[in-house]
Amino acid sequence: MVAMRIDCKHVWEHISAYIDGEVEAELRAEIDKHLETCEICAAVLDSTRNVVVLLADERVFEIPAGYSKRLHERIEREIAQDDPSKPEP
Amino acid sequence: MPANPELEMEMIRRVTAGEKQLFHQLIRPCERGIYLLLFSMLRNQAEAEDAAQETAIKIYRNLHLYRGEAQFRTWAYSIARNEGLRRLRRVQNAREDSLDAMTEGESGDFTPAVLTSWREVPAEALERKELGALLREAIGGLPEIYRNVILLRDIQEMDVRETAGALEISEAAVKVRLHRARALLQRSLAPKLKGFAPGRKGLLGWWR
Repeated sequence: MVAMRIDCKHVWEHISAYIDGEVEAELRAEIDKHLETCEICAAVLDSTRNVVVLLADERVFEIPAGYSKRLHERIEREIAQDDPSKPEP
Repeated sequence: MPANPELEMEMIRRVTAGEKQLFHQLIRPCERGIYLLLFSMLRNQAEAEDAAQETAIKIYRNLHLYRGEAQFRTWAYSIARNEGLRRLRRVQNAREDSLDAMTEGESGDFTPAVLTSWREVPAEALERKELGALLREAIGGLPEIYRNVILLRDIQEMDVRETAGALEISEAAVKVRLHRARALLQRSLAPKLKGFAPGRKGLLGWWR
């Protein structure tokens, strides 16, 4: 089968799977070839990947101060209630 | 951080057998994710925290029902999600973001922001508060079905299977939604993020 040259739109459809390493080898090779010559797709890919990397940073989403402490206090009350032999703290 | 399923199963067995204090340890690795998932659904800090506490109690009370088919974390997140949905239903009529709109639609423009070059924004740029705010705002602006998937896949870094389990959707749906969510984020963020890339002059150019 003659490999078909893929266009930008086709590349965009697979960007997410490409980032996750989930496109099949043949398509991956096609996309790689396209990326070598298409600066727009290369920039779209890089910017998408950059967004994904930034999102994983713990500084983006912070948990309210004291959240964990309050959560475990609530759990402790539940455990105490559940276990009459243990007095509530 | 993937948990050791055997250790987890053993811990669960001990909690249900009476070592109740161990539950604190069991829930700890999931508590951040539970809060963030609920916050992504409810978009309110106080309510997300309240829902997270409620979720932890439900997990504790239902622990004897956990059979180990899915990872404990996946199971815990699905309980969190159900708690979030329960709360959303209570206020559904008052919300624009209706639960009916949570099905897969073809509508929406998922074409990316077209750029001709990209200079990477390094993680250190997150020291600037505006960058975090920009990212949070962009995620907050996503429709609910995309927000959840992004939260679990890209923020909690769960795999496709776990994400599908926690959201009770197919793996194919996770992939489609993730793709769309990332496309929407790239589209809204790329033009704004450009200003956070390091300058050409030196490594600390972004700092200014």
